[in-house]
Amino acid sequence: MTETLQDQTTGVRADGGGPAPAPVPADRSGTILPRWLRWALGVAAIAVALVLPFNLYPTVAVDIACWALFAVAVDLLLGYTGLMSFGHAAFWGTSAYATGLAAVGWGLPFPLAVLLGALAATLLAVPIGYLAVKRVGIYFAMVTLAFAQMVYYIANQWRSVTGGENGLQQVPRELFGLDLSDEFYYYYAALPLVAGGLFLVWRTVHSPFGRVLVAIRDNPARARALGYPVHRYKLAAFLLSAFTAGLGGGLFAVGHRFVSLDVLHWTTSGKAVIVVVLGGIGTLWGPVLGAAGVIRLEDWLSFAGFEQIGLVTGAVFVTAVLVFRRGLYGTLRHWLRRRS
Amino acid sequence: MTADPPALRARGLTKDFRGFRAVDGVDLTVAQGRVHALVGPNGAGKTTLFNLLTGFLPVTAGRIEVAGADVTGLAPEGFARRGVARSFQITSLFGQLTAREHVALALQSGSALAWQFWRSAKLMRRYDARAMELLDMVGLADLAETTADALAYGRKRALELALALALEPKVLLLDEPTAGMGLEDVDRTVALIAAVRQGRTVVMVEHNMSVVGALADRVTVLQAGRVLVEGAYDEVRADERVISAYLGEGAGRAAH
Repeated sequence: MTETLQDQTTGVRADGGGPAPAPVPADRSGTILPRWLRWALGVAAIAVALVLPFNLYPTVAVDIACWALFAVAVDLLLGYTGLMSFGHAAFWGTSAYATGLAAVGWGLPFPLAVLLGALAATLLAVPIGYLAVKRVGIYFAMVTLAFAQMVYYIANQWRSVTGGENGLQQVPRELFGLDLSDEFYYYYAALPLVAGGLFLVWRTVHSPFGRVLVAIRDNPARARALGYPVHRYKLAAFLLSAFTAGLGGGLFAVGHRFVSLDVLHWTTSGKAVIVVVLGGIGTLWGPVLGAAGVIRLEDWLSFAGFEQIGLVTGAVFVTAVLVFRRGLYGTLRHWLRRRS
Repeated sequence: MTADPPALRARGLTKDFRGFRAVDGVDLTVAQGRVHALVGPNGAGKTTLFNLLTGFLPVTAGRIEVAGADVTGLAPEGFARRGVARSFQITSLFGQLTAREHVALALQSGSALAWQFWRSAKLMRRYDARAMELLDMVGLADLAETTADALAYGRKRALELALALALEPKVLLLDEPTAGMGLEDVDRTVALIAAVRQGRTVVMVEHNMSVVGALADRVTVLQAGRVLVEGAYDEVRADERVISAYLGEGAGRAAH
């Protein structure tokens, strides 16, 4: 259990009646930072997000923002609903193609194209989620993987629409005639959508609905006995997650002005899970940090002319899982908590 | 007297597991406001029957009605929504939530708020007053801000009861409410059930015959998946078939 509960830890009796009981400290303090520290982290994160393209190659900054959305979407399921999707590339990639097609075909302003792409991903998530949420654990992961592979092969075969192995070329980056050809400016143009997507997941996690999700994650049988339709809740979370992943995928497509089949490949789904685990499952901040770390590392390695990037990220992943089981943010939070 | 429909009625309930008939044509009628105990030796089908009556297992054959409405074939959440609240034999809680948060979650069930992902969870505070009433009823008011993990065993069982009560059930099903308890907790639980039964219908599976004797208006004895005897506690206890069923399994449990 993590931040989902932080609002209630200062719990005060609402009835006001009777003698105040001695406060019994809840045994979850290890995961909740003091209020001032949470605010400080939030302000620092916003500051970093605002200056990122000054300190990094802007293309890398755009990738980090898109992958942050993708990872947070996966974390909504993995960390807060207890479902490990191994097929989220289907939503990231479908939105990338749908966004690209809408932008190429209709010349839409890119935010509108991205929203359409995210809606397309959400629509695809209805049948996939409907079938997948009836399974749990490894079976859920396998069902999502199987569907994602189907989507990959369809995209590969449907050349007239997707361009097949050549990809979808020359995706425009239109926004009311503004010149966004420089990634530096595109980053700032895309930032509101990124912030919106991150806020959507944060809001969901800290909502009454989010409380039910966590209850379902921790004890599904009990949640059902309380009258909560578990499958429908999981499906709703799945759709929200697909929408958020779609926002990331759409922005990614516009950011690269090109959509390749890679966006639907199973390794893309795997990378999203790795980013979440590295950053810290069920923390929201963690996947954002994880995205920044992994994308930065990959860029640095490729810049250095290193070819076996997967070897290094894989080694980092194994080390992190063995040494920092809480992930980057989980470990940091634990450390901050003990110091403050 | 054109009576109200019974709170709970089962007709010909049957459950097969791969060629093994665990529950075999059980009829059960529980009148409103009664406490009805299901007893029987181990393997008699009590827990299976309990799971059928709460939707946790699908029936092979038969029909279940709650206050006259057919609920056969619904999922567990469907049973809960139609007024069947259950406790679990093995305590089943959300370890990291406080007692108050548990009850608030139960009270929120079925509301529109429970779907609102765009609003703050702080709105769940609206359930706090009622949650505190229920916690007070089961003697947990002092422990409202303690997480379930940190509660003693007997207190966990009391919290289970508060959760079931929060659903405003038509029928309260308790799966061995005193299982694994020391004598003191058993007495406390009996007093608690005696208090909350007022105006409610209760069905309980219970091994401890003194608990059954103290609480139950009617007793159904199961053996090998069938109803062996049904009647008032004193009738049932004196019935020779019941005595031999229990002696066959070990008289110790019956003599509790």
